[in-house]
Amino acid sequence: MVKVSSWGRLSAAEHDVRVLGERNALAARIAQPLPGLAFGMGRSYGDVCLNPGGALWQTRSLDRLVAFDPDNGRLRCEPGVLLRDIQRLMMPRGWALPVTPGTQVVTVGGAIANDVHGKNHHVRGSFGDNVRSLTLLRTDGQRLVCTPATEPGWFAATVGGAGLTGLIVEVELQLQQVPGPWLVTETIPYANLQEFFTLADASEAAWEYTVSWIDCLSGEGRGLFMRANPVAVQTPPPPRRERRLPFTPPVSLVNKLSLKAFNEAYFRRHAWRAGAAVAHYESFFYPLDSLLEWNRMYGPHGFYQYQCVIPRDHAQDAVQAMLGAIAQSGQGSFLAVLKTFGDRNAPGMLSFARPGATLALDFPNHGARTEALFARLDAIVAEASGRIYLAKDARMPRALFEAGYPRLAEFLPYRDPGISSALSRRLMGS
Amino acid sequence: MSTSVKKIVIIGATSSMAEHCARLWVAQGPVALTLVGRDRARTESVAADLRVRGAVSVGVETVDFGDVRAIAALADSASAAEAVDCVLIAHGSLPEQATCQRDLAACEEALGVNGLSPVLFAEAFATGMERAGRGTIVIIGSVAGDRGRRSNYVYGAAKGMVTRYAQGLQHRFAGSAVKVVLVKPGPTDTPMTAHLKQGGSKLASVEEVARAIVAGAQAGKPVVYAPRKWEVIMMVIRHLPAFVFNKMNI
Repeated sequence: MVKVSSWGRLSAAEHDVRVLGERNALAARIAQPLPGLAFGMGRSYGDVCLNPGGALWQTRSLDRLVAFDPDNGRLRCEPGVLLRDIQRLMMPRGWALPVTPGTQVVTVGGAIANDVHGKNHHVRGSFGDNVRSLTLLRTDGQRLVCTPATEPGWFAATVGGAGLTGLIVEVELQLQQVPGPWLVTETIPYANLQEFFTLADASEAAWEYTVSWIDCLSGEGRGLFMRANPVAVQTPPPPRRERRLPFTPPVSLVNKLSLKAFNEAYFRRHAWRAGAAVAHYESFFYPLDSLLEWNRMYGPHGFYQYQCVIPRDHAQDAVQAMLGAIAQSGQGSFLAVLKTFGDRNAPGMLSFARPGATLALDFPNHGARTEALFARLDAIVAEASGRIYLAKDARMPRALFEAGYPRLAEFLPYRDPGISSALSRRLMGS
Repeated sequence: MSTSVKKIVIIGATSSMAEHCARLWVAQGPVALTLVGRDRARTESVAADLRVRGAVSVGVETVDFGDVRAIAALADSASAAEAVDCVLIAHGSLPEQATCQRDLAACEEALGVNGLSPVLFAEAFATGMERAGRGTIVIIGSVAGDRGRRSNYVYGAAKGMVTRYAQGLQHRFAGSAVKVVLVKPGPTDTPMTAHLKQGGSKLASVEEVARAIVAGAQAGKPVVYAPRKWEVIMMVIRHLPAFVFNKMNI
């Protein structure tokens, strides 16, 4: 048994870790012991990737590329391939993943299971919108090739299905043609949420990528709006610099004092330097990847990320109310993101993305104090008919889950009875 | 930098370590690879991956690792058209020590695949490289070959043979442009060691070990410990007096 934590480092329970190596013997490998759960890089924040006391199938070693067709940009690969490896291999050839989350150090399988999104939801949808086909292996040995056309039910259950429908063993992804690794970016300070939504709406048509940093302590909701488009410039890529947070500090480095000072300095610095610039895709999409193990900064008790999406009609009021509650509690982190999702249907039954605005905030774990704040935020989300992101969640009440995911009943029959996670036991009863 | 295509042969190409070395070579520049494995389907799957990653060409050969004639024929044909720049000899399997003690056939098999077979491959390729007057032979040994230990001395004996053999080969080619690189990985996180991980051992990542192998091959270093800390650890272990060593359960 091995102690395994997810990215939030809230727990370190014993797991029976099974490396998936031999491709021909996968069915036998996952048949026993049960319940099991696929585990990629463990970059989800809560308990969606954990199965305490049970088996974890480590998919990272299933990392082969199977085929790439340069005529249509279709890449077949195994589930343990990292998004980073695809980006770095394909970018010089003029291709890239259409959708990537805020870190590229995640597996393809994990990106599908959580149906992750990026900064271009209004243009490209979520990760699952760019999956052409996936092969699912069930714990009873059944193998299913699913495409949106041939097995729409299995496909929609597996995309965003939190790994609960089977083990993904092969996928076909649609890549997107890009002019190169560079983006032209524009940073615009905003003073309140009204300004944010005006900027977001005005940017959708002409900008492929939009995102904003929000000062979670500001109350009125000031922040920095960033938008970007791919651009063809012939500049050699900058040197890659990776540093590592060398140890876990005894207390969180993010606290009331440091947070207020940081947010003030960050806002002023970037407001002053606002305007147009050219950025490399790695620093624009994955700013935190250059600091390895940054999750240690929250100290030994770990942290939560609270990410919700609020339907557009209530978005501004609900986000305003949440910011009020957060500012009052004095908790939070400088890692706070507000962005809008485009008006599109999600590919998965349990997909997170839906039309509206999504707010994501880190909170160092202060026990009861943090839970009390979450209860207030939950009430606002529920009131506004929003939902919380499973990939980030470690604690939402079951009622909020059921209210936020109306296709749950449709999803449940597709579950693999041999698969279970801490999250599924908490929110689905098994 | 030369733009000519490097010709690299990999024995035991389905081993996780070898596969990661191949990926690094492909990423570094134009390479023509010949992958040698026991099982065609498994080796072809590695080859497909390396083709997508941009190898100039990837050939697949299958061979019985214990068949001396097949080994000789393979080395001959590989060196026939043009000289091999580098051969990586990476096959092997980690046997259960207890099984080897119980079952002489298992013991023999472990000695064969981890000791005798790599030596025969190296010897077969050495002939072609001597003729060409250049080339690099990279052999994967193990820290286990540095001192016999009760927990895995059969595997250790086979790797010890590889160590001694590599020394001799280095002596033979001293002063020539043929380089012999002996790599001694510590316990590495591969499917071969999955059961060690289960026991909670801290293992080096296969990417890290592969980087050390590729850099060592490039530099023509005689001995590469991967990760490097094992050089110090094994120096201590080699020099422990028996009265201390015998009390240790390693």
